[in-house]
Amino acid sequence: MNRRVIFVFAALGGVLLCLPSIANNYVLSVATLFLFFAYTGQAWNIMTGFAGQLSLGHSLYLGIGGYASAALYFHFGIGPWAGLWLSIVLCGLVGSVVGALAFRYGISGVYFTLLTIAFAEFTRIGFDHWDWLGGSGGLFLKVTRRDQIDLLNLRGTPAMFYYVILALAATALALSAWLLRSRAGYYWQAIRENEEAAQALGINTFRWKMLAVVTSAAMTSLAGVFSAFYYNNLFPEQIFSINRSIETILGPIIGGIGTLIGPILGAALLTLLADGVTELVAALGWEVAGVKQLIYGVILFAVVTLLPHGVWPVLARKLKVSR
Amino acid sequence: MSLDLLNLANVIISGVLTGLVYGLMALGLSVIFGVARVVNFAHGEMMTIAMYLTVALFAGLNLDPFLAVLPVAAVFLVFGYALQATVINPFVTRPDHSQFMLLLAIAVIMTNSLLIVFGPDARSIRLDYLLESIELGPLLIDRGKLYAALVAFGTSMTLFGFFRFTLTGTAIRACADNWLGAKVVGLDVKRFYALAFGLGAACVAVAGCMMSLLVDVTPALGPAYTLLAFVIVIVGGLGSMSGALIGGVLIGVSEALAGLFITPSAKSMFSFALLILVLLIRPRGLIGNKL
Amino acid sequence: MSVLLDVQGVSKSFRGLRAVGNVSFEVEEGAIVALIGPNGAGKTTIFNMVAGALRPDDGEILFAGKPIGGLRPDQVCALGIGRTFQIVKPFAGLSVLDNVIVGALRCCARVDEARAFASTIVDKLGLGSKRAFPVSSLTLPDRKKLEVARALATRPKLLLLDEVMAGLRSLECDQLIAFLQEINQRDGVTILLIEHVMRAVMALAHKVIVLHHGEMIAQGSPAQVILDPAVLECYLGEETLL
Repeated sequence: MNRRVIFVFAALGGVLLCLPSIANNYVLSVATLFLFFAYTGQAWNIMTGFAGQLSLGHSLYLGIGGYASAALYFHFGIGPWAGLWLSIVLCGLVGSVVGALAFRYGISGVYFTLLTIAFAEFTRIGFDHWDWLGGSGGLFLKVTRRDQIDLLNLRGTPAMFYYVILALAATALALSAWLLRSRAGYYWQAIRENEEAAQALGINTFRWKMLAVVTSAAMTSLAGVFSAFYYNNLFPEQIFSINRSIETILGPIIGGIGTLIGPILGAALLTLLADGVTELVAALGWEVAGVKQLIYGVILFAVVTLLPHGVWPVLARKLKVSR
Repeated sequence: MSLDLLNLANVIISGVLTGLVYGLMALGLSVIFGVARVVNFAHGEMMTIAMYLTVALFAGLNLDPFLAVLPVAAVFLVFGYALQATVINPFVTRPDHSQFMLLLAIAVIMTNSLLIVFGPDARSIRLDYLLESIELGPLLIDRGKLYAALVAFGTSMTLFGFFRFTLTGTAIRACADNWLGAKVVGLDVKRFYALAFGLGAACVAVAGCMMSLLVDVTPALGPAYTLLAFVIVIVGGLGSMSGALIGGVLIGVSEALAGLFITPSAKSMFSFALLILVLLIRPRGLIGNKL
Repeated sequence: MSVLLDVQGVSKSFRGLRAVGNVSFEVEEGAIVALIGPNGAGKTTIFNMVAGALRPDDGEILFAGKPIGGLRPDQVCALGIGRTFQIVKPFAGLSVLDNVIVGALRCCARVDEARAFASTIVDKLGLGSKRAFPVSSLTLPDRKKLEVARALATRPKLLLLDEVMAGLRSLECDQLIAFLQEINQRDGVTILLIEHVMRAVMALAHKVIVLHHGEMIAQGSPAQVILDPAVLECYLGEETLL
């Protein structure tokens, strides 16, 4: 990694750290959203980008993670720092069930993807009818004052939430970087590229694919916990929806699937774009429902057709940087 | 007791009829996915566009949906062919996720275009001559559903006939079976893939036409129908056209029954559970070929 | 010399078509054995059964005395059998060196050890200058060498080579022959190879096994086999063996 790149990263890091003191609440909320997508994108990237198992049902883990911690808080007063362990364990279990079922029965490719969608949809409708968790009407957490920081219960200022998600995103980046250069990274990429050849080299592909799925699921669950406590509500229609799954994958797809920087770059482009589009639409008076999503669709279409490997590989080549 | 049985019979019949329309929609996907090898995540959205087209023709030109079937199907045949030939074809060689994303993008564009043009409010078609139900002894059959099912069935049979008895149809089946072999004997595989996509789109169009008589039309219907189509195709068996129809009827009936015994809003849960089971236990589906 | 691979009465059918019928042979430790025969004779099917990609319908396969029939490919590799594929299967998104590192990780506990070990193998096979190149930029002969390097990195006791000489020019062929002889004599790697390039078979093999229509029709030293009437009959109409 050359000096120029390190400097850029350091500068960016510095800006991110100081953001709450230099920016207003609106910018902070946009930045929080960006970091959220960067985090979920990284988590998804491990399973799909690294290990090549295309999941379009990651909202399953967002929902289960969110509801698990929220339920503990809502019904038993247990704070999120304890509750998140339940979220992680549950999502790990669910992920391993999905993975075990799929891989044991040799399901891959589009059928695996459909399986992930089916699990998410099934759970969504199930939660819609689960009254103890609020059903379709939603689960609401008590909103306390937004100017007091109660880190233990994740109630507080926008700045507090910002730093929490910043820490999560930074950890995800570090974890992904470490994983990519480790045995797991090599084995996952081998499985992704050619599973048969990987097996011939002694790799127990079932075990390693399971590891990717469970890791990805557990990481995503934390995003669910964050989401529950940041927005203070959970609706099955929203958190388990396929739109949420699509949002999760947009960042890595646009930025560059399977790379380290891709999900982050993609998330940044996406939030900037979302913001820009909102402003544009308002300025042009096109405030009709659906215009924003349409523009996203067009952008996704453009990226997929013109930059099939995402923006980062192209950018990296221009800047002469390694992955 | 007999009232319950009667109710059950009516529900099952209703399920079969709706199932035939589902089956036609799934048939379209069977052709698109099974033959042209496109993972059509925009399938439900295409259906929704057909539904809106039918509604618009009815509202604007007072065109009876049963007559609108032909022009709408023709439009979709051309549109489907063009879409595959220009946009989708280059993606056949690209990694799986690229294709999914492309069709996902197309789906998003379709859904939101509909939202912008027609707004979020539900539209529906009321045909006075369909209001009266048909009485078959003690059974009560919804006239609209019956006619829609007949059209769906007729269209399916026409498609079967086309693939079985015409030269073009056989050529398309050859391309699907073995594209390299097809190329070797001189078939223009690209064009046949595009044609297959167009035919599948036409099926969806007819299904959409008919469905607009049965449900309220909103722009958000797309994803649910896409998933339903995949469930049916996989349950019925990929690559099997009869499987798509039978699968459709099966899903139609089970949804109707689930709506009767459990709450109606949970009925698709059953379809997804069925999909999961089939994927795990018998991925080739009821009738289909090996994966 | 002890027997490393013992194939006993192995058969395999595919939907009624018998690909391999009651084939038995032994590969001694430290030997190089060649499996030859016309296309469709069942050679790759036997490889696949030894390597765990297919389960034999009948018979037994013993490796160092232990039965391995029906084990998974990764389990077979863990026991010490490495293989290449007839149609090469490189890891497309990775560099040449990274491909070999994947193999090296089987025996090396840490990534940096694996990298060092992989590096030496890459050099020995003449791919050193291309170690950082993406696999897509390699010519076919280089890809074949990469297959061999990757399999070697798993430190196999038995190496299964499936038509590695195909497509190589004579100079490259000779280089690879020399390399295989070296790892056989110096490092003691036992080699079982499927080959059509007779020059390689004659130069390398201590023993040749001839298959035809799924059955073994001859086995012996190269000199014996090329004179065997059954072998000559099955090759009749084609060019002479040498």
